[in-house]
Amino acid sequence: MASLRVRQILLDVLAIDQPDPPGLEGDTVWRRLCMSAARSVPVSGAGVALMTPTGHGGTLAATDGPAEVMENLQLTLGEGPCVNAFRDRRPVLEHDLTKAGARWPGFAPAAAEAGIAAIFAFPLQIGAIRLGVLDLYRDTPGSLDRLQLAEALDYAAAATTILLDRQYATSPGELHPDLADTADSHREIHQATGVIAAQASVPINEALLLLRARAYSEERPLLELAHDVVARRVTFHSEDDHHE
Amino acid sequence: MSREQRLAQVFVELADTLVDDFDVIDLLHTLCERSVELLQADAAGLILADQRSVLHVMASTSEEAELLELFVLQTDEGPCLDCYSTGEQMVNIDLAEVAERWPRFRAATTAVGYRSTHAFPLRLRGQVIGVLNLLCTNRTTLSDTDVDLGQALCDIATVGLLQERTVRQAEVLAEQLQSALNSRILIEQAKGVLSERAGITVDAAFTLMRTHARSNQRQLGAIAGAVIDGTIAASDFQPR
Repeated sequence: MASLRVRQILLDVLAIDQPDPPGLEGDTVWRRLCMSAARSVPVSGAGVALMTPTGHGGTLAATDGPAEVMENLQLTLGEGPCVNAFRDRRPVLEHDLTKAGARWPGFAPAAAEAGIAAIFAFPLQIGAIRLGVLDLYRDTPGSLDRLQLAEALDYAAAATTILLDRQYATSPGELHPDLADTADSHREIHQATGVIAAQASVPINEALLLLRARAYSEERPLLELAHDVVARRVTFHSEDDHHE
Repeated sequence: MSREQRLAQVFVELADTLVDDFDVIDLLHTLCERSVELLQADAAGLILADQRSVLHVMASTSEEAELLELFVLQTDEGPCLDCYSTGEQMVNIDLAEVAERWPRFRAATTAVGYRSTHAFPLRLRGQVIGVLNLLCTNRTTLSDTDVDLGQALCDIATVGLLQERTVRQAEVLAEQLQSALNSRILIEQAKGVLSERAGITVDAAFTLMRTHARSNQRQLGAIAGAVIDGTIAASDFQPR
């Protein structure tokens, strides 16, 4: 049963009749949730991502520049707090990103460069079923205290409730437009994965790793590279990564 | 131990069932047993409604066939059924009235040796999900305190049952969502694989898969999986 605080958050974030308080002019409930979380916990910014077996499944919303970077990095690199949180089904609390180089050799320095000093990732899950992650970041190092942690957990619960609520309004097998848009915006990544799997004769999961590795080494956003792969401007071969 | 101490114990016991490792059947049995103990009845049965509002006997204090039959009869006629439909307690009803309102029920209970019965609704905010039925071999009258107590026991159980239903509903929704997300991914990956193998665009690949799925009456997701793991080759698709 949703706690009182979670219900308050939902009312706040789903409010349709009330004028948006200053700072909450957002078009989607996801953006409002992120902005509200950032103000309440408080943290510097927040992002919500769908997560799937292939990893980061698309950003539903991010409050600002660094939050978007935070999400895109995790998408491109396939590593980061949200990946751990999703895989381990537990919050991941990193209070000092400069000390997390061993944990996330690609993500940590890049995120730090974007001004992110601490990250707290909370899986959105019901029982064993995991759907996404709520990522909170701070621009100065430091942990969440107990109250802040509780508040963050309540926001994660609210986000999960909204996800399920969207699903309730949709037929099984279909996706709510919010989620469909996000999932669709990533479809070229999955198409590219399929193309690479056939070109390089590797299993699907390995194909995704190849795609990510190429994006990382060429410092290109994953979506952009995926687009080129699908358009056959970039090709992969068995055993190596050379351009045509 | 005084009655009050025992009461307090029972309430704590029931409340405990509402937290981690919640077991519905355990709760229902506990409710039956404790209500018999605290209200000095001789048997109790718990009836719950399913999604189509059909009543089922979920728990009782004994497995005796006759007793169970009595409870089952009540899903057809009897104070329980009326209690369920109205959400009102059916307690301390005069025997003559019982005979008049529910003749078959009255005959059946007397034949097995019960002289009085009481029914409590399991309800929360207007929603009635079942009934607790008590049977007594003597003609008992429940005091107001007893009636309140019986209802309080039922109310705790109701909260637990509704909570569990909410969690189950949430799990079903979560699974649907996850499944919808995953099958989309599979289909996109398959489009990529097939487009490469057949030398066509991803859109053309999608059309091939969809046509194949329809004409073979298979799910698109299944076709996608088969394309990816190689069970279906590019040449297996109808040429355009």
